[in-house]
Amino acid sequence: MSDIKERIRKICPSAVFEDGEILFVEVSEPEWYGFAKALRDDLKFDLLSAVVGMDWKDSLGVVYYLTSTSRNWEMIVVKVAVADRENPMIHSVSDLWHVANFQEREVFDFYGIKFINHPDMRRFFLRNDWVGYPLRKDYDANPEINPIRLTDEINEDDSVSYVEDKDGKVKAVKKNVFEKEDYVVNIGPQHPSTHGVMRFRAAVDGETVKKVDVVSGYIHRGIEKLSEGMTYPQILHFTDRMDYMSAHQNRHCLCMCIEKALGLEVPRRAQVIRVMMDELMRISSHLLSFGCTAMDLGATTAFFYGFREREMVLDIFEKTCGARMSMNYNVIGGVIADLHPDFQKDVKALIEIMPSRLKEYHKVFTGNVIAQNRMRNVGMLSKEDAVNYAITGPSGRGSNWSCDCRKKHPYSIYAELDFNEVLEDGCDSFARYMVRMREIEESCKILAQLVDQIPDGPIRAQVPKLIKLPEGRWYQQVEASRGVFGVYIESDGQKNPYRVHFQSPCFNLVGVMDLTCQGYMIADLITIGAALDFVIPDIDR
Amino acid sequence: MFDFGIWTSWFNNLLTGCMPGWAATLIECVVIGVLVLATYALLALFYILYERKLCAWFQCRLGPMRVGKWGLLQVFADMFKILIKELISLKGTDKFLFKLAPYLVITSSVVMLACLPWGRGLQIINYNIGIFFVLAVSSVGVLGILLAGWSSNNKYTLIGAMRSGAQMVSYELSLGLAIITIVLFAGTMNINELVYAQNDGWFIFKGHIPAIIAFLIYVIAATAETNRGPFDLPEAEHELTAGYHTEYSGIHFGFFYLAEYLNLFIVSGIASLMFLGGWMPLHIPGWDGFNEVMNWIPSIVWFLGKAFFISYVIIWFKWTFPRVRIDQMLAFEWKYLMPFSLANLVLMAVFVALGWHF
Repeated sequence: MSDIKERIRKICPSAVFEDGEILFVEVSEPEWYGFAKALRDDLKFDLLSAVVGMDWKDSLGVVYYLTSTSRNWEMIVVKVAVADRENPMIHSVSDLWHVANFQEREVFDFYGIKFINHPDMRRFFLRNDWVGYPLRKDYDANPEINPIRLTDEINEDDSVSYVEDKDGKVKAVKKNVFEKEDYVVNIGPQHPSTHGVMRFRAAVDGETVKKVDVVSGYIHRGIEKLSEGMTYPQILHFTDRMDYMSAHQNRHCLCMCIEKALGLEVPRRAQVIRVMMDELMRISSHLLSFGCTAMDLGATTAFFYGFREREMVLDIFEKTCGARMSMNYNVIGGVIADLHPDFQKDVKALIEIMPSRLKEYHKVFTGNVIAQNRMRNVGMLSKEDAVNYAITGPSGRGSNWSCDCRKKHPYSIYAELDFNEVLEDGCDSFARYMVRMREIEESCKILAQLVDQIPDGPIRAQVPKLIKLPEGRWYQQVEASRGVFGVYIESDGQKNPYRVHFQSPCFNLVGVMDLTCQGYMIADLITIGAALDFVIPDIDR
Repeated sequence: MFDFGIWTSWFNNLLTGCMPGWAATLIECVVIGVLVLATYALLALFYILYERKLCAWFQCRLGPMRVGKWGLLQVFADMFKILIKELISLKGTDKFLFKLAPYLVITSSVVMLACLPWGRGLQIINYNIGIFFVLAVSSVGVLGILLAGWSSNNKYTLIGAMRSGAQMVSYELSLGLAIITIVLFAGTMNINELVYAQNDGWFIFKGHIPAIIAFLIYVIAATAETNRGPFDLPEAEHELTAGYHTEYSGIHFGFFYLAEYLNLFIVSGIASLMFLGGWMPLHIPGWDGFNEVMNWIPSIVWFLGKAFFISYVIIWFKWTFPRVRIDQMLAFEWKYLMPFSLANLVLMAVFVALGWHF
């Protein structure tokens, strides 16, 4: 860490350091872009893990979490702040890390920070006629200012870019999302294959897709804003409602982040239960993904086969957690209830049956020549692009990028477990699909190791009645079903957080739709979407 | 074997005995028209239930179970619901063509139904160019689909209609060539004569290699012709929500829906006519006892049984296979299926010329 510190001092002498769990650097806005470039090129921080918009009342700004994939996944935090609240402007890094494209649009949407040289500075979630920036601390939530509008959004195609010229002057340049003569097909928000209320606008030439514009926010619930007004135990239930197919992992992440801040030791029994639940969730999620991919390609029967086994997992959840979805199982310090007496028996039954069922899936769907033709060489995403767009999880591993958080930043008891990180080098939709199928086997392997090794003991640690986090910021990552899920908490010592940010994997996944769909056909757009396997509530937090 | 011709000629004699010839013909036409439409509706209902039960079976489900015993009355309830639904008219549509399209589709399918050999003496239209007529009428259905897609003023329907046009025109070639292969073998296009020619063995056995190839080509092309999976691109519910009939409601949608199911029956019926003997029982030359036993099964049961069996295979395809992509589908037809059917036609000509058949 000190070595990095020295090198940063050389690059940017005015940088301010702060020691914490991760090296923290604050740079001034004018130096930011050059510093970012040096971080990426010289210090090899090639992965932009999180972009968190912030309102510190006296200033607005952004906190960037960067990771170096070549240097043992070392992380660094960079804070950039501007004091101007009327017209805050920060240089965009979307040309360095393409993942920042959508991330910065989200920050603009909620904090009103304009990013200089960003190619497409539109709001991401809210309507373009929304007044104010809702995550600012001085936001006026009066419903008269933003009534429920019953008319269509006008000027949907208008975009703007704040371009800086040679003298450092910034001027707004109008842009159009689509060309005048483009034939734009609207896919969603009500569409069978967008897996939720997602909307794509695809410019097509015949059947060939030229450009995809992602329009999001149809089910945005403002979870991050809501969290700021709640106590820590009250926030927990939100995580189950983001990526509902990674409910356990997401909640595990938030609990770990709070536990880390409190310095809480979680009992061994709770750790084992949490990891088992995480892996069951992963199996259930990948089974659903298998079913939906098959369904989107038109093979309806395979869909039901996937659901048949998923039902077994859901039954296990139902018995122990009392619910099949939104399980609300992890709590700060452990888990909420002890295991059902049938738990071990049911898990063993599942592990026993899965290998033969996987064979059946491969027989009915994977091996089918039509399925292979539909998925192979469709939606190519190179490893470099996967890193640049921060496509983690099975989709990233389908591009042969080793990015499993369970291996890179082992948390809970994962370091003790014997499992392999599944990699495929096809870089296409088929590779992503195959990673998921093989990950089911790995999850079964983890479950088999733990099912007879659940130690006795308490299921949660003693926690104070009123949970107050000390002042500071924490960031925790887990490997959710669809990629690396991160939780950022900034606390000012109160019983409710000053700022909570959820870095969801699906947000990044949808960011590559344009890149991966260009030049393919409308039918491929559906295949690519299915193979990336995004869950909409995870994008629309 | 019972000849249904006895009933029909009795009815004809009864009418001509008590009224002038034109009046008798008029009444017969009306009676047959009503019968055809009734058969059409009932068969469509049966097919909807048939497919729902079959796919439920493939998918480890039960299918409809609530209305009537084993859900037998479900389809009647559905059809009643569709009949009472509002016909929604939309802004910006071509009103006349929008309303015309479903009728074109259903008319072509009803006319084809009338050409099928239902049983011995049970045939409505008996042309000397019978099978050719069926092929010609089947092409009218495409027009209805194209018009539906165009007149709806919707991008999904237009893409669906374009796909449909490309697909049906392409696969009609293979379908026609497969049928011509059998016409070449039989030496007739008359449907009745085609059936009688299979008295001493079905064409698929008599014509062996080229006939079996033609049968396989026919089944693939027929699946594509009826817009069923894996060739259901014009509808492609996961891409185009419902393809060319996205904007239709009520019975107008019902017409497309019924026509789709009936076309499945019709292509199966034609397959049974061209390859499996139509209503002709399974006869093996020399096995007289066996042939007698087969003759006891009524001809209409033979015909329906064969048609349902082929439909079963096509339904099986649909629920198992993923959907192909438009370019793959066209490449498959133009690069493989059509050259193959042409070669098969030549092969059949050689077999017929040299007498290498039974």
